[in-house]
Amino acid sequence: MVEAKTEVIYQRPESFTDVHTHYCPGCTHGVAHRLVAEVIDEMGLREKTIGVAPVGCSVFAYNYFEMDFVEAAHGRAPAMATGIKRVLPDNTVFTYQGDGDLASIGIAEIMHAAGRGENLTVIFINNAIYGMTGGQMAPTTLPGMKTTSSPYGRDVELAGYPLKMAELLAQMEGSGYIVRRSLHDASNIRKAKKAIRLAFEAQERGLGFSMVELLSSCPTNWSMSAQEALGFVEEKMLPVYPLGDYKVTPALQELRV
Amino acid sequence: MAKELLKGNEAFAEAAIRAGVEAFFGYPITPSTEFLEHMARRMPKLGRAFVQAESEVAAINMVYGAACTGKRVMTASSSPGVSLMMEGISYIAGTEVPAVIVNVMRGGPGLGNIAPSQGDYYQMIKGGGHGDYFPIVLAPATVQEAVDYISLAFDLAEKYLSIVHVVVDGNMGQMMEPAELPPMREISDEIPEWAVRGAKDRDPNILTSIYIDPEDEEITNLRLLRRWKEVEKNEVRFQEYQMDNPEILVIGFGTAGRVASSAVRDARAEGIPVGLLRPITLAPFPEGRLEELCDQVQRILVVEMNSGMMLDDVQKIVKGKVPVEFYGRLGGVTPLPDEILDEIRRVSKNEGEISGDPRDEWMDRLEKMRTGDQ
Amino acid sequence: MAVTGWIEVDDLYCKGCGLCVDACPQDVLRLDMERLTPKGYHPAQMTEETCTGCGICAVVCPDAAITVYRKTPQRQSRKAAGRRT
Repeated sequence: MVEAKTEVIYQRPESFTDVHTHYCPGCTHGVAHRLVAEVIDEMGLREKTIGVAPVGCSVFAYNYFEMDFVEAAHGRAPAMATGIKRVLPDNTVFTYQGDGDLASIGIAEIMHAAGRGENLTVIFINNAIYGMTGGQMAPTTLPGMKTTSSPYGRDVELAGYPLKMAELLAQMEGSGYIVRRSLHDASNIRKAKKAIRLAFEAQERGLGFSMVELLSSCPTNWSMSAQEALGFVEEKMLPVYPLGDYKVTPALQELRV
Repeated sequence: MAKELLKGNEAFAEAAIRAGVEAFFGYPITPSTEFLEHMARRMPKLGRAFVQAESEVAAINMVYGAACTGKRVMTASSSPGVSLMMEGISYIAGTEVPAVIVNVMRGGPGLGNIAPSQGDYYQMIKGGGHGDYFPIVLAPATVQEAVDYISLAFDLAEKYLSIVHVVVDGNMGQMMEPAELPPMREISDEIPEWAVRGAKDRDPNILTSIYIDPEDEEITNLRLLRRWKEVEKNEVRFQEYQMDNPEILVIGFGTAGRVASSAVRDARAEGIPVGLLRPITLAPFPEGRLEELCDQVQRILVVEMNSGMMLDDVQKIVKGKVPVEFYGRLGGVTPLPDEILDEIRRVSKNEGEISGDPRDEWMDRLEKMRTGDQ
Repeated sequence: MAVTGWIEVDDLYCKGCGLCVDACPQDVLRLDMERLTPKGYHPAQMTEETCTGCGICAVVCPDAAITVYRKTPQRQSRKAAGRRT
């Protein structure tokens, strides 16, 4: 006797609001948002989570998560999150930041949040460009990469080299979990989700500062189709930004999720 | 409780603790550092939050975050540090969450010096940060007053969802003076409905200063202005001294007001009919009271430790009805009572109109006095 | 009985980026050029019946627009079938 059973393999996470996002078609911000929402659902954290949105394309992130949210000044999300977490240590607090926000104007705040071992989770979107302002050079822009403010390609003699935030933050003793993942295909997206899960697990266990850097695409400002942009992440970004676990505190290494 | 001999900054910090502050975020800067040090000693022992931030920029954004939870939160700094905080202050104002900021003012602009000054008047009273908002500004003149008004500052911040600045200068931060601290207040367990504490059994709370549609920002700006009008109606505070039919009115705040009160007392002893108006709320300014006094006095002398910033506000209110003169010391110099007494004597004999900006004549007098000093 | 699946694409969210079309291992997805979503995009749709319900389209979808279903053959419980091992 054989009977068929219908399973729901995937549905929109509860922590995601019923709102059409303002992101461009194919932008991986949506993927990153969705993964965070899925992890928060799976861990049952929605009712105690406070998100901190940045300035940049994800400035309206608070519209897309069904949870308490605050909106920080440009780069200051880790400081704002510190303020929240220090007075509400039992709540879950995360920031969601782009590369201009985290690695340029907010580099002091992120380094010191990690240095203090703030028990926060940071989701870091690295798409090597300023999206919201229309495609200017970011601290993470690749050498030679053309942007509206590096129209002849990023000249490292004049504009310096890309900042590698996962590598930098892994040096901090206060960091508990620092990894880099990519969102360019399904298998990497699954790995990214597992990393986000571990980052939130680190926070729930009080294991210190956690950050997941996600290599992301910006089809609009890279002037590519959504699919071409994912190809650019794989071919051009991965060699500059190697994926990997840059710091995993021993207590987390044993955890299976 | 009995009076104790207290150092200004430490007394202010302890007053905040007793008013129920649950988090302090700051960065060391002279002449406010003892405030931070007192918090570092006391807050962790009370199980409250203390972070020495990496900068004033970070400190004010930590204040911003903690303020969004609806808990009592503050920072203290001094002029250059407060300049750095202006970004966060504007965001806090735009998000309409309460926060208290103590500015122990020092000489400037730039790095300036660490001596007492009132040169931040414009920055503190006129907003300082970008956009349309209206901070409440309290200017105590003694350690006791500061102790009392820090507690009031939290109440006002919460009542009007506003920034409240408490401005003192390096004199008050550093001086030892007898003062009585209030008893420890219990921390309120009330959670404001707007606070972010996790969306359990309610819709999510979003706290932001962004209103991308100009119409929405306009509504917000108007709401802030209406709230400010309420503050102006309800919260004006000032102190008067020797106001028995004065012909000359001295106006000064903070340390300048305090020094002026000695000069006014001595001038009265000489038979000069002079009184003192000392604004305690610089914002809202005691505008109504000053308008009334314009009909009673013949001449006004504004005394400040800056280049005549409050003078502008006084002139705007006086509208030329009474001649307004000015005496200021700058750059971290505190005026002596005798200097102000000389000014009162001079003003009492001076009956003519003031032509042009009263600062012009003052600068000449000051230059002359300084040359004479040498 | 083979594993079969199907998807539903929510027009409210789909922006017609096509990432699901490229990612689908069964090549059963296309953008529907005959139709526009309320936001003006050509939404993704399933065009063949050979979907296995693997869910890869939903994994790559930046807008959580796709719900994935799968019908799996289930043996009756061992007890009911009267078999023991």
